[in-house]
Amino acid sequence: MDKQFNITVRGCDLHYGDFHALKNINIDIEESEVTAFIGPSGCGKSTFIKTFNRMNDLIENCRITGEILIGGQDIYAKGTDVTLLRKNVGMVFQKPNPFPMSIYDNVAFAPRTFGIKKKGELDSIVEGSLRQAGLWDEAKDRLRKNAMGLSGGQQQRLCIARALAADPKILLMDEPTSALDPISTGIIEELINELKTSYTIVIVTHNMQQATRISDKTAFFLLGEIVEFGFTGNIFTNPSDKRTENYITGRFG
Amino acid sequence: MAKNAHKRQVLKYAFARSTAQTALLLTLVALGAVVFFILVRGVPHVNMQLLFGNYGRYPSIKPALLGTLYLVVISVSIAAPLGIGSAIFLAEYTKSQSRFVRIIRIATETLAGIPSIVYGIFGYLVFVVALGLRYSLIGGGITLAIMILPVIVRSTEESLLAVPLTLREGSFALGSSKVRTIFSVVLPCAASGIVTSLILAVGRVMSESAVLILTIGMVVNKMPNNFASPGTSLALDVYYFGSHGYPEQAAATGVVLLVLVVVINILATILGNIFGKGELAHG
Repeated sequence: MDKQFNITVRGCDLHYGDFHALKNINIDIEESEVTAFIGPSGCGKSTFIKTFNRMNDLIENCRITGEILIGGQDIYAKGTDVTLLRKNVGMVFQKPNPFPMSIYDNVAFAPRTFGIKKKGELDSIVEGSLRQAGLWDEAKDRLRKNAMGLSGGQQQRLCIARALAADPKILLMDEPTSALDPISTGIIEELINELKTSYTIVIVTHNMQQATRISDKTAFFLLGEIVEFGFTGNIFTNPSDKRTENYITGRFG
Repeated sequence: MAKNAHKRQVLKYAFARSTAQTALLLTLVALGAVVFFILVRGVPHVNMQLLFGNYGRYPSIKPALLGTLYLVVISVSIAAPLGIGSAIFLAEYTKSQSRFVRIIRIATETLAGIPSIVYGIFGYLVFVVALGLRYSLIGGGITLAIMILPVIVRSTEESLLAVPLTLREGSFALGSSKVRTIFSVVLPCAASGIVTSLILAVGRVMSESAVLILTIGMVVNKMPNNFASPGTSLALDVYYFGSHGYPEQAAATGVVLLVLVVVINILATILGNIFGKGELAHG
């Protein structure tokens, strides 16, 4: 079954209680592309990325209207299997959040959730995911050691491996390098370039250079709206909206 | 002028420092006096007859050792699952600011502050009289379980709430259910705090006396046959020996109790460290 995993958003509004956090968002995110969300703090980009795997469900008073379709399926429709959605739409967070257990158990966490118990099968998923995340060589001799002993950059790659082990189609990354040093950031950016052939990647970033380095398309958010969305090259060299220009030239934000 | 002000500062500092030092010293002296006195009077009388002999012409704490073990087993096996379960419900399934939770929190704190003799009279009225169990270890054990329950609930809840939200998010984002998140991520992370609180609860059970005077019958000279037997505990033996003309044996039993409680506290620290290894790096 060759399912599509593009994201289509039509007329999406999101409220936290009285606060109107996202206003009439429309966007099409294509498969196997890297889409970057940029914008000043509090503009709604992190909030928006979390609608794709329904992490906002965990927040009280959060109301979402409009349509968010993944592969043509409305993910907020009644009867949606949120567990399956989150299996298909993996997420990497701002701060590395490995579980305080072994490296192996971290990566095997999602496969175990979905009923894989055979050691051989788990072993190969763990190895494959760690290789994809570029952590295998550093981790292979310490798989049974606690993941908290890894460096920050390694922890973040472990979190990427952990997300990949669930075999997702889409990978959401919420400022994945903002807590990391430049070298670790570089490693993760390279990784994103490798992963985009197999995954649809949506990344929130504060770092505009990062957006130009790794993304195919960029959406500029301001005060809960998408001001401009298009090819990254165009957005950064020839923005059509004055506000985008002001932001990328560093006049505010 | 400035010189004077400076001098005053120096004097003030010296005064504050020496006052605090004296306070610390007095505290240590008080604590040291208790331990020293009990040890000096008690240690020479800790012998095989007292510990493991049969109760006859000379007293023995063998029944109390077994009784205390019964009480610890009964109370912890009741209070641990109930307390941890309640804490999971409060921490994971309710909104922490809701009125319901706040009322429960006030209630548990109040329960934790009730004098133990009040728990004792409750145990007496319910288990000994109303349920007709007479004096029994099971009645005392259940009363102790009720007594330590609020402490376990509160400290477990605090351990659970201290687990960073980012770990729960990480688990949910991998498609885990709430139950899997709680059992595979949150509880293991909180294990050190929970285990520590359980062990400290064991310490409280071992050193409790008021509850037991009214519930287990203080039968110092007979080994309990089973949970339903009347019995005694180490703390009760101290009271009994002390008030029935065996002050040396009371002090010796005090030494045994002291040593056990110290061991328990050290154990709590060690186990807390072992379980807590993984959590350190999370800010």
